[in-house]
Amino acid sequence: MTDLTPRNSGHEVDDQAQQRSELETVRDVERYPVPDPGLPEHLPRLSDVDEKAADRATRQVATMFGLVPVLAILFVVIYFAVPRDAVFLGQNAKNIGLGITAGLALMLIGIGAVQWGRQLMDDHEMVDHRHGAASTKEDVEYVLRELDAGTDESGIRRRKVLGYSLGGALAALGLPLIVSFADLGPWPTKRVRAATIEETIWKEGIRLVHDVTYEPIKASEMVIGQLVNAQPENLQEFHGTEYLQEKAKASIIIVRMDPNDIKIPEERRDWQVGGILCYSKICTHVGCPISLWEQQTHHLLCPCHQSTFDLGDSGLVVFGPAARALPQLPITTDAEGYLVARDGFSVPVGPSYFERDSRGDFKGE
Amino acid sequence: MAKPAPTVQGGQDIEAHVPQKELGPVFKAASGPARWADERLGIATLSRPFIRKVFPDHWSFLLGEIALYSFIILLITGTFLSFWYKPSMAEIEYEGSYQLLRSVAMSESYASTLAISFDIRGGLLVRQMHHWAAALFLAAMLAHSLRVFFTGAFRKPREINWVIGVAMLGVGLIEGFAGYSLPDDLLSGTGLRFVDGLVRSIPLIGTWAEFFVFAGEFPGDLIVSRLYIVHVLLLPAILLGLIAAHLALVVYHKHTQFPGPGRNEGNVVGYPVFPVYAAKAGGFFFIVFGLLTLMGGLMQINPLWTYGPYNPAEVTAGSQPDWYMGFVEGAIRIMPNWEWHIGGTTWSWNVFLPGVGLLTGFFVVMAIYPFVEQWVTKDKSEHHVADRPRNAPTRTAFGVAAMTCYGMFWIGGGNDLVATQFRVSLNAVTYFLRVAVFVAPVIAFIVTKRICIGLQRADQERLLHGAETGVLERDPSGSYSERHAPISVGEAYTLTQYKQQPALLPAQDGDVKAKEMRVEQLRRRASRFFFIDDLRKPTRAELEEAAHHGHDDDHALTDGHEGNGHSGNGNGHHSIAAGTQQNVVDQ
Repeated sequence: MTDLTPRNSGHEVDDQAQQRSELETVRDVERYPVPDPGLPEHLPRLSDVDEKAADRATRQVATMFGLVPVLAILFVVIYFAVPRDAVFLGQNAKNIGLGITAGLALMLIGIGAVQWGRQLMDDHEMVDHRHGAASTKEDVEYVLRELDAGTDESGIRRRKVLGYSLGGALAALGLPLIVSFADLGPWPTKRVRAATIEETIWKEGIRLVHDVTYEPIKASEMVIGQLVNAQPENLQEFHGTEYLQEKAKASIIIVRMDPNDIKIPEERRDWQVGGILCYSKICTHVGCPISLWEQQTHHLLCPCHQSTFDLGDSGLVVFGPAARALPQLPITTDAEGYLVARDGFSVPVGPSYFERDSRGDFKGE
Repeated sequence: MAKPAPTVQGGQDIEAHVPQKELGPVFKAASGPARWADERLGIATLSRPFIRKVFPDHWSFLLGEIALYSFIILLITGTFLSFWYKPSMAEIEYEGSYQLLRSVAMSESYASTLAISFDIRGGLLVRQMHHWAAALFLAAMLAHSLRVFFTGAFRKPREINWVIGVAMLGVGLIEGFAGYSLPDDLLSGTGLRFVDGLVRSIPLIGTWAEFFVFAGEFPGDLIVSRLYIVHVLLLPAILLGLIAAHLALVVYHKHTQFPGPGRNEGNVVGYPVFPVYAAKAGGFFFIVFGLLTLMGGLMQINPLWTYGPYNPAEVTAGSQPDWYMGFVEGAIRIMPNWEWHIGGTTWSWNVFLPGVGLLTGFFVVMAIYPFVEQWVTKDKSEHHVADRPRNAPTRTAFGVAAMTCYGMFWIGGGNDLVATQFRVSLNAVTYFLRVAVFVAPVIAFIVTKRICIGLQRADQERLLHGAETGVLERDPSGSYSERHAPISVGEAYTLTQYKQQPALLPAQDGDVKAKEMRVEQLRRRASRFFFIDDLRKPTRAELEEAAHHGHDDDHALTDGHEGNGHSGNGNGHHSIAAGTQQNVVDQ
């Protein structure tokens, strides 16, 4: 306790307050079974009593600071001298060099400063007195009195309409503020939804093509167990944003399974060609493209959240957070034997949304 | 050891020690530019209360500092990145120096991120520093909030600062998400696709929110530039404001301190801002900065050139969000597939509840906890001495239960990796976690509470019987006992100074107004749930009595050691150490 006072210069240690707060721990028997014994005696560090130790610490700190300019120069050298594509241990050499020099330089400043603070700066602890967070009584009284006077002077007490009308005026400003955001995007009215999220570019006669090469797919070339990632042939007509928007809905997977191994509902008999079935690739959960194909079980697993669909059973969900079957695209072959769509999707593809009419989804037999 | 002579001081300290006679370099500066500035700004008056302001020292107080420093480093590195990054979804053909993506069509934002990574010298370093700093920022905030929670530092008068902290954590989460969506690579696009599904799932307004956020159908052509301004202006400005308020309140309330001799509710003991705290905290900034720079140089993060540009028809297996989104990701993964189809509408609970619901719930529960505890205790006093977690067993147990719940969700975020790395069934992992998110926190709660009470007992042993010395003695009758040494007064004060909350017996008629009865009974039941198992701390009289008997009160190694003068309560041991004396008060 007494050890603290010599450190005080300019800093207001309120000794009385300190004694008061210690006294409180003597008086409050219930809370403090043991009264505050006060601060323990300050123990000197080695660097306090041994000038050599202090000198050693000084040298350490100065060395750390002294290495920083060296590292800074090295950084500049590496910046200009090391080629961009130089490789060190399989990684970009320039990046490693810049990182090590700059990182060490920064760390040395930091470690040096902390070492200085710990070993060489005076380490006597100091005490500050706390005061409650609440304002003093006088302050509260003054502010209330003056606010009251000010309110009177403003005249609002007698002419209340001023306050009401001002409040109403400010509140009314909220209206234009909110309305101004109405053009953040097109409004998803029934008509807009039908032309966007409920519509894909699939329609009757559109060829199924490989998703990278755009080559059409012959039914006879697909073998049992094979999965092909595909797109509609007319996707090529789109570019930029529209291309991404259409691709995000139209992507499909084509699988060929042994027709005797799988369940094909009566109404979907003519949606497939000899065990070749086509499904939307977009997960009905949150819209990831699904492509992890378990050939033996006919299961398709979404890599994002592991929803699993049984492609041998009309795309029904067998596991995971997805709630609806994968929409199936009815397909057939054209005169040349290439796979084409028999029609568009019968239900909207992709994740659920509030206005989605989910009564038309396939729910099993 | 002799005490050091006060003159052995560095030059920096002269101001503090030497009065008028020998003026230090500070005083020379004061007559020149400092006076010029003071005559215009009054800096002496401004800095007077702060220059020697005391900050208590404890390693756990550094967690908040790490968060603050990571934020500053994020501002610095982020500004650097913004000089080259183009927030545009316009499609271009890549012509940069990364051979494998030459001539590939991609958005300008992805191309400019590749340019930062390959063509701007030091760009990759700063980009990786920025990403590491973001991960550290969130981690430090979360760790800091745990420290504040477990030490009860959210109690009056700091509740508002706790809420500000929770807000920062929430804003930080969104800020981080917005940031890693900007490069417009395959991974970040997959994240955006997920957000699209999440926004869509909101009942009633989901589709409208989706169209407004993405300016139409996903992905639209504005989301990257919108997220950019959110990421570099809107949210950082909010964070900056919240940080300013947070720090201002820390200064106003003064920092909490851990209990110890000389430390009480009325004071704060530590080192002055100038020079010790400035050196340590300032130095620590450079250490964090240096560490992040080394990480940026040596540890690869988000190698987005390997993912390719965003393509809605592709995704890589093992796609993961940044770590802080992992718990939401996990919830989304392990959620059962509940969906309602009512008439022509779809209610997507399988996405909405774990996504929007969990995120909201997480922050709401965090934000209201201080007020719940305060309602239970009706404790209106200020608390400046941090609780030792064991002395608030139920709170500590709640905290660990929450961490466990979070951890289970977080594991769920990598259920596919758990399955592949440990060669277990993915389905089994998922089913297990569906149960574990509810059961594991309960187990954690019970275990933590017992551990806390066990630690309280250990404290009481030390208080009443002293510390074990390891010296065994045999008395003439042949029985063995261990000699105990009394603990210091300082330690005894440290162990006992906390404010014990009583468990309340049910209210009787007339205790409160009839219409408040139900609420009061509920509160009292909650207080029993919270505090009835706490070990009642010894009173001053009991401690004095124990000290009086202390000299011959060595612990026998055999059971049934009795007759040492303590008021037994029938269980053959000291009443308090045995803990059967309940912490109940009929108020």
